[in-house]
Amino acid sequence: MAVSDVETVSAAGRAQARDLIEKRHRFHLGEVLPWVLIVAVYFLFPDRTTFGAQVLIMIMFALSLDLILGYAGIITLGHAAFFGIGAYTVAILSSKLGWGEPISMLVLAAILAGIGGLVSGWFLLRYQGLTLLMLTMATAILLLEFGNYRADITGGYDGVPGMEIWPIFGVFENDLWGHNYYVYTAAVLFVVFLLVRRIIYSPFGQALVGIRENVRRMHAIGSPVHRRLVTVYTIAAAIAGVAGALFAETTAYTTLGVFEFDNSAKVMVMLILGGTGRLYGAFAGATIYMILEDEFSKAVPEYWQFGIGLVLVLTVLFARRGLLGVIEDLLSVFKRRPS
Amino acid sequence: MPSFAAFVSILFDGLAYAMVLFTISVGLSITMGLMGFVNLAHGAFAMFGGYLVVSLTRSLGVPFLPSLVIAAVAVGIASIPFEKILYSRLYRASELDQVLLTIGLAFMSIALCTMIYGPSPVTIPLPSVLTGQIDIGVRTVPAYRAFVIVVGFVMVAVLWYAFERTNIGAKIRAAVDNRRMAQSVGINVDRLFTMTFAVGSGLAALGGGLAIQTFGLTPSFALLYLVFFLLIVSVGGLGSLKGTLVASILLGVFDVGGKYLTPEAGGFFIYALALVILLVKPAGLYGRE
Repeated sequence: MAVSDVETVSAAGRAQARDLIEKRHRFHLGEVLPWVLIVAVYFLFPDRTTFGAQVLIMIMFALSLDLILGYAGIITLGHAAFFGIGAYTVAILSSKLGWGEPISMLVLAAILAGIGGLVSGWFLLRYQGLTLLMLTMATAILLLEFGNYRADITGGYDGVPGMEIWPIFGVFENDLWGHNYYVYTAAVLFVVFLLVRRIIYSPFGQALVGIRENVRRMHAIGSPVHRRLVTVYTIAAAIAGVAGALFAETTAYTTLGVFEFDNSAKVMVMLILGGTGRLYGAFAGATIYMILEDEFSKAVPEYWQFGIGLVLVLTVLFARRGLLGVIEDLLSVFKRRPS
Repeated sequence: MPSFAAFVSILFDGLAYAMVLFTISVGLSITMGLMGFVNLAHGAFAMFGGYLVVSLTRSLGVPFLPSLVIAAVAVGIASIPFEKILYSRLYRASELDQVLLTIGLAFMSIALCTMIYGPSPVTIPLPSVLTGQIDIGVRTVPAYRAFVIVVGFVMVAVLWYAFERTNIGAKIRAAVDNRRMAQSVGINVDRLFTMTFAVGSGLAALGGGLAIQTFGLTPSFALLYLVFFLLIVSVGGLGSLKGTLVASILLGVFDVGGKYLTPEAGGFFIYALALVILLVKPAGLYGRE
């Protein structure tokens, strides 16, 4: 993509460029696959939908991280802060304030987490690199410590007791098998996904990629870098808040563990395994991580932790573009062979 | 208002805490300042040091003090291949890559130590001199904490001398200030870094050994306190010995004081303090802008 040599672009070249951009954001057939799988799981594994809902929630969480890490290039170690805000919005509403309507709670969680993203982003996104890493990490821990301080409201590390979530639309209860919540979570994920997809293929999304690739140049062409970063940080925070709220609604339980560094690290690992900045990386990474964790961590948790550490080291050294990147490379080898 | 005795006690405990923090963080600060490498596995080196001391004292019957020295030297030497093989490949990579690689290493270390030592905290036999109380005039204090403070001050003195008064220290300071310039006047920065990395890891191991009886040693140590070490390094300023010392004492004393005066607010104060300092001075107290 020779965007830089503007002078040499002919009319044909311009048409080609426009074609390319149009082709990129047009839905193509392969994009149906994850959604077919999500629907198929509901019918093929009806007794695993509770776990399935957890996978969908982590996909949403990873997707929100992809928006800031993969597209805007903001490295954060405190993304769990917003997941936690969402989870505690639901927890406090349903256990202390006597309100348990699921969908309005999601909206409120998005708003509160978004405000958290806006305020912290406004202050923090002026910094880069190590300082930003430390500041995001400290923000999440600050919330954790605050929750610990007000254990009378948050229940501390023991969790919030007595959360009452009302049926969805007043009809669909959280049944024993989690069928209704699987459908509910999948529907919310689909809406969020459409939103994220719309954002990354918009001019705003292209500007984010520009900031990731070359901040100085974006400053030089007059792009309002800080405002764009704060905007995307706020959106990602709101989505993480929705994921956290769904987590609290499906499990009807939350502890301060949601704010921990482990949670921030876990979602990052998922995204890296799948591949950053490629929209479906979150889907692949979160699904595989969750399934492997479910399989292996029960027997001997240490082996699982060792394995995930090893995979992370190998990914950084050999497969930096994640699982989808590896698949892409393999496919391109196949395609090249006949010619 | 806390009494004078309580005040002395906070100061004393805080200082002991700070000295352990300093011993572990100083290596991290120098390596980050020198190479800009975000090493999230630094806590793992400290943890290995701690567990090595556990093995030496409990299984082999080596006395506590020699064990500390052996653990520091062993971990320092063992860290060299890590630096040569893994870290050196990512010096020019993005911070994200460095974060991921070293989180991976930290996960593996935690898993390994859980397999070997189990998940519960371990204790070690201390020499009788260190288990009692000693009188410092105002009140009696635990001998072990006094010992940690003494070790800490000795470390500060030795490091200060090495940093400010020796040829190698001058080279390190030159490389932290301007790596390219240091290289072009003939300083072998790569070798300097390997050496600093080994010394830093060795010091972390020593700190890990000291931490067994102050923080409590479990396999989660590697990540649990890492946040603290990183905060100290960034608050103090990368590559600054003085900054690391000041930040260790500041955060250590504030943490102990905060927990003593308002136990329920816990660590809230120090994170708020660290956040404010970093917002006002992003490069840390003694860092270069």
